[in-house]
Amino acid sequence: MRRFLAGFAAIAAALIATTQPAAACAGLIGPNGAVNLLRTTTFAGYHNGVEHYVTSFQFAGGSGQFGSLIPLPGVPDKVEKGGAWTLQRLIRETTPVKAFDFAVRSMAAAPQGAEVLMQVRIDALDITVLKGGGAEVGQWATEHGFRLPPAAPEVLDFYANRSPIFLAAVFDADAAKARGQQIGDGTPVHVTIPTANPWVPLRILGLGKNADDRVDADVYLLTDQRPALLPYPLGNGMRLDHSAVATTSLLDDLRSDKGMDWVPQSGWLSKIAIDASASQLTYDLAVDAKGTSPSRVAAGLQAPASQTGSTGQPSTDQIALIGIALAAFGAIVLLRKSQPVIG
Amino acid sequence: MIIRTLVALALAALAASACTTASAAQLPTHIGIRIHYSHFDQTKIDVPMGVPITFTLVNDDPIDHEWLIGDEAFHARHRAGTEAVHGDRPNEISLPAFSVKTTTLTFDKPGPLTFICHFPQHEAYGMVGVVMVKP
Repeated sequence: MRRFLAGFAAIAAALIATTQPAAACAGLIGPNGAVNLLRTTTFAGYHNGVEHYVTSFQFAGGSGQFGSLIPLPGVPDKVEKGGAWTLQRLIRETTPVKAFDFAVRSMAAAPQGAEVLMQVRIDALDITVLKGGGAEVGQWATEHGFRLPPAAPEVLDFYANRSPIFLAAVFDADAAKARGQQIGDGTPVHVTIPTANPWVPLRILGLGKNADDRVDADVYLLTDQRPALLPYPLGNGMRLDHSAVATTSLLDDLRSDKGMDWVPQSGWLSKIAIDASASQLTYDLAVDAKGTSPSRVAAGLQAPASQTGSTGQPSTDQIALIGIALAAFGAIVLLRKSQPVIG
Repeated sequence: MIIRTLVALALAALAASACTTASAAQLPTHIGIRIHYSHFDQTKIDVPMGVPITFTLVNDDPIDHEWLIGDEAFHARHRAGTEAVHGDRPNEISLPAFSVKTTTLTFDKPGPLTFICHFPQHEAYGMVGVVMVKP
């Protein structure tokens, strides 16, 4: 992974993804088969060639374990507990009237074998960073007690062909209760990833959903200048709801949160709304933070020039995809196998 | 991986023979079905009645599947069933990730039978096929 040279204009990209109540679950399924309203909110910032993600996994009650498998653009340097108000502050920036209400409702909530790069325990959340192809990561998940949705094998390959790094997050509801966490309490997680350009996985939001199911999500993107996006959010389930210079108060507030001192002095805030059927989401959002030419490969509109196989290193192009891979709001949601399989 | 590739090639050959229009006597008695990206690679298969038919089932996915064949009443039971694993009956085959299994069945009545993976969402995702038993 490459870091931008010192002195290079600050590049900051931030993403926060939130989902709407009923349609927001992205296939999150409880052990009894019922849809669980757990959902996650994500912030991703990009500065000096390093991606910073703050994702909140929110306790939604119940018992057992729930998990997400999230494609990442690169190998994280560290995974740690995130700040306290970053996510809520970003939401408030573009929806000031509903900010607090929204925050309350938000459910921040292998053949050769995948290589485990990192394991971190944060409160009731077990996080594992994996490297491997789609089959290997899928096998790892299966061997660790998860049952993936039927679309998972294809979707895992879709992402692994561009970046073989995934983050598996398991939320232990029983441990959360034992810790005294209340329903609605979130566990913010900050992931630091050296990388070269933002990329927002969207296709994964439809995983586990039927073709006609709706996917609703808000993506907040902060770059140091107006970014170039692909696909441009003007249709096919995407729209650009906000595009303006980030306010100084927003940047100051973000910078004052735990672990957020990297936030630059200036930036451009975009809000992309996703309002699509699951079958529409065949693409990701490619971002060129410098405002020139986002990658068609990163957008999922074109296959990588040379797919190195399921365990291969990412090519330069793949590295360039970078991104906001933490589609934690959508993730690949897994189901613990603690319950019998119906059949 | 090489073994899976060879098996897949063998299955392709079997599939090609299975697709050939033929009388019941000429229909194949060995059928290969590969599962990839949660889909059966064959969804319409003709087989002869009254002779043993061997199915080789290859799960090429990193997730578990199953292959259950029967009539509508059979599938209605399984849609509401609670069996975690199949294996004692030749028409109910559990297929763990990256597994290959073989089963032999003799069909004594002509007509269609459906094979389905009844894991949650898998049938809706398209894991359905039909075996047409020819007299």
